[in-house]
Amino acid sequence: MASEVLMPALSPTMTEGKIARWVKSVGEPVRAGDVLAEIETDKATMEVEAVDEGVLAKIVIPEGTDHVAVNTPIAVIAENGEDVGEVEAKPRPAPQAKAPQEPPEQKEEPTSPRPATRDGAAAPARPAPAEPAEYTGKTVTQTVREALRDAMAEEMRRDETVFLMGEEVAEYQGAYKISQGLLQEFGPRRVIDTPITEQGFAGLGIGAAFAGLRPIVEFMTFNFAMQAMDQLINSAAKTRYMSGGQMSAPIVFRGPNGIASRVAAQHSQCYASWYAHVPGLKVVAPYTGADHKGLLKSAIRDPNPVIFLEHELVYGESFAVPDDPEFLVPIGKARIARAGEHVTITAFSRTVKLALQAAEELEKAGISAEVIDLRSLRPFDVAAVADSVKKTNRIVSVEEGWPFAGIGSEIAAIVMEECFDWLDAPLKRVAGKDVPLPYAANLERLAVPQVEDIVAAAREVAYR
Amino acid sequence: MAATRKTNRVKPAEPDVSAETLKRWYTDMLLIRRFEERAGQMYGMGLIGGFCHLYIGQEAVVVGMQAALQEGDTIVTSYRDHGHMLACGMDPKGVMSELTGRRCGYSHGKGGSMHMFSREKNFFGGHGIVGAQVPIGTGLGFAHRYRDDGRISVTYLGDGAINQGQVYESFNMASLWKLPVVYVVENNRYGMGTSVSRASARTDLYHRGIAYGIQGEQVDGMDVVAAYEAAVEAVEHARAGQGPIILEMLTYRYRGHSMSDPAKYRTKDEVNRMRTEHDPIDHLRQRLLEEHGAGEDDLKQIEKRARDIVAEAAQFAQDCPEPDPSELWTDVLAEA
Repeated sequence: MASEVLMPALSPTMTEGKIARWVKSVGEPVRAGDVLAEIETDKATMEVEAVDEGVLAKIVIPEGTDHVAVNTPIAVIAENGEDVGEVEAKPRPAPQAKAPQEPPEQKEEPTSPRPATRDGAAAPARPAPAEPAEYTGKTVTQTVREALRDAMAEEMRRDETVFLMGEEVAEYQGAYKISQGLLQEFGPRRVIDTPITEQGFAGLGIGAAFAGLRPIVEFMTFNFAMQAMDQLINSAAKTRYMSGGQMSAPIVFRGPNGIASRVAAQHSQCYASWYAHVPGLKVVAPYTGADHKGLLKSAIRDPNPVIFLEHELVYGESFAVPDDPEFLVPIGKARIARAGEHVTITAFSRTVKLALQAAEELEKAGISAEVIDLRSLRPFDVAAVADSVKKTNRIVSVEEGWPFAGIGSEIAAIVMEECFDWLDAPLKRVAGKDVPLPYAANLERLAVPQVEDIVAAAREVAYR
Repeated sequence: MAATRKTNRVKPAEPDVSAETLKRWYTDMLLIRRFEERAGQMYGMGLIGGFCHLYIGQEAVVVGMQAALQEGDTIVTSYRDHGHMLACGMDPKGVMSELTGRRCGYSHGKGGSMHMFSREKNFFGGHGIVGAQVPIGTGLGFAHRYRDDGRISVTYLGDGAINQGQVYESFNMASLWKLPVVYVVENNRYGMGTSVSRASARTDLYHRGIAYGIQGEQVDGMDVVAAYEAAVEAVEHARAGQGPIILEMLTYRYRGHSMSDPAKYRTKDEVNRMRTEHDPIDHLRQRLLEEHGAGEDDLKQIEKRARDIVAEAAQFAQDCPEPDPSELWTDVLAEA
């Protein structure tokens, strides 16, 4: 049977074009892939190739015709053996560029990569993981450094597919001594020194995770992870979605984030808001030893890519840490670090310590501050912040990162959306100053949030 | 095309390919060719949107490579990926439905031409960022070695990707750790509109592993038998634990870089010469007729079957509905 050749769209934006030249003439045989005609668009001249085999039976639109709309029949190809003279293309409805809205009767489906049905089109409600039971078991006093090491060691004992890779993690025992003893216990197959090649080993880890392993990738600091940003976002975060759920990257990227001490601009930056921006990632930034351990273990067991932000100035702090290999802290749940009535202070990572110190100061002035340790930045515990603001009616956010489009900005939006009517004062952000971090001791101090900044902000929103 | 050249000369494998095998390869290459032509047509009809990079002309590379692989070997490539998926045995209906953005597509319409995957067929994508699949493929090789499962990773990249830094980061780690990876450089002579000689200080891309101690070989990628023979050797090398190896497949894409590329950076003569003198499918057809006693009718049957499969896939991909709006929110995160 004869088939029509339609005016093709040769770019995402083309709606019409000109038939510049017919390369084949009527009666000529045509093979699939043969050039039939040349078409001029506003941008270029392109060739139209035959898809069917046969004989060019009829030219519907002569050469030189301009403004031919896309999908207009321009020629007819007869099947071999058909009488070329007799051929009239069978009239048929113009093909629909848009997909039919109503599903036509479905014949067979290709093997479905995964079960199909899911819930409605509305955005899913913000997640609210169950409140974990209060840990009442045995604890040991440990530094955050030791808690992180134990978390990794416990998970590596539990699951053979977990391994650690990064710069200086094995023989050197970790640039910040986080992986101390791991090489000795697990050997070089599972504790792997990489070359200095962040994009390469981040991507390699992601490939290994696609294949079902559970890599822990240590960045010596998150400043160096910018080299690997494309892999973290385009490969780790997006692939599950782009594969219709077939492929996930169960991988943890961990290392120190934020401001260290006198290492200046290129080695001192908080990346929390960068990663928290991205759907497909989970982002945590704990403060206490228990949270470092419990969240790292949850991150390693999580089937998704988790960005685990640590802090160099917290590694040496000691806490009571649960001594139970099944102690986990759920990702997505904030913690009330200190209960209070008059003002809410949100913080994460090292700034929790500053917020708690500020709360002490405020107490002396008769202001009772509630400090929320966010712990997770994505998913974000909206309810914890909103509930607190509904009680205190005032809020200060604290972070080391820059204020513009920072975590504090997001909290401001959340408060507007969730509890605007409860606010008695505008939210106040305490953030790193909007400059690259300076080296000079006095300037560095000025650039980084200090306890007195938090106290001042809290007094401002409390009007006292 | 150029004869086979190697960084380290080794004895060429004995060609041992039966007429039946050649017919199967002919079938596989034809399916890719017809599929891609149809995809181009459907793009023209507005049924496929966005970017669409066709593999027409390069079929021998992927069919030759695939023939040398074992069940469980893993494959990853860039965005010119339709041919690789069909060669891996993925369902043409599922691939075409992904191109039309329908729910029956491999990614349920959420990935499109450049982002498709099949766990079942060990096809790990379909990646849209030039060169980004190379560390990922290296990681697949890492996983094979970690598990000691005797499988290898085949990591495809183009001549355009060869100058990305992460390619060399990958070469270094793969060689350092002796990972079982075959890097297949599909040199189709143009990275978008820039010829290899305008982009690369040295154009002998199979030498790009020398600094890392990786052996390379240049292969006529327009000849499926040559591609297969090189693949067998390279796969053996990687599987035997000798570390990575590079195959530079000299090939050619007949169409533009993507559908909207008029390909003004090369002459018509050049394209026509490649199509008439070096077409991998015509070449194999001749060989089957002249050297292997295949009959015209026999080949016509194969050709008709390829057309029918593609026509059916095209129809299926138009009939299948778009994804349900609820799909917008699914597959962002896996349930913890």
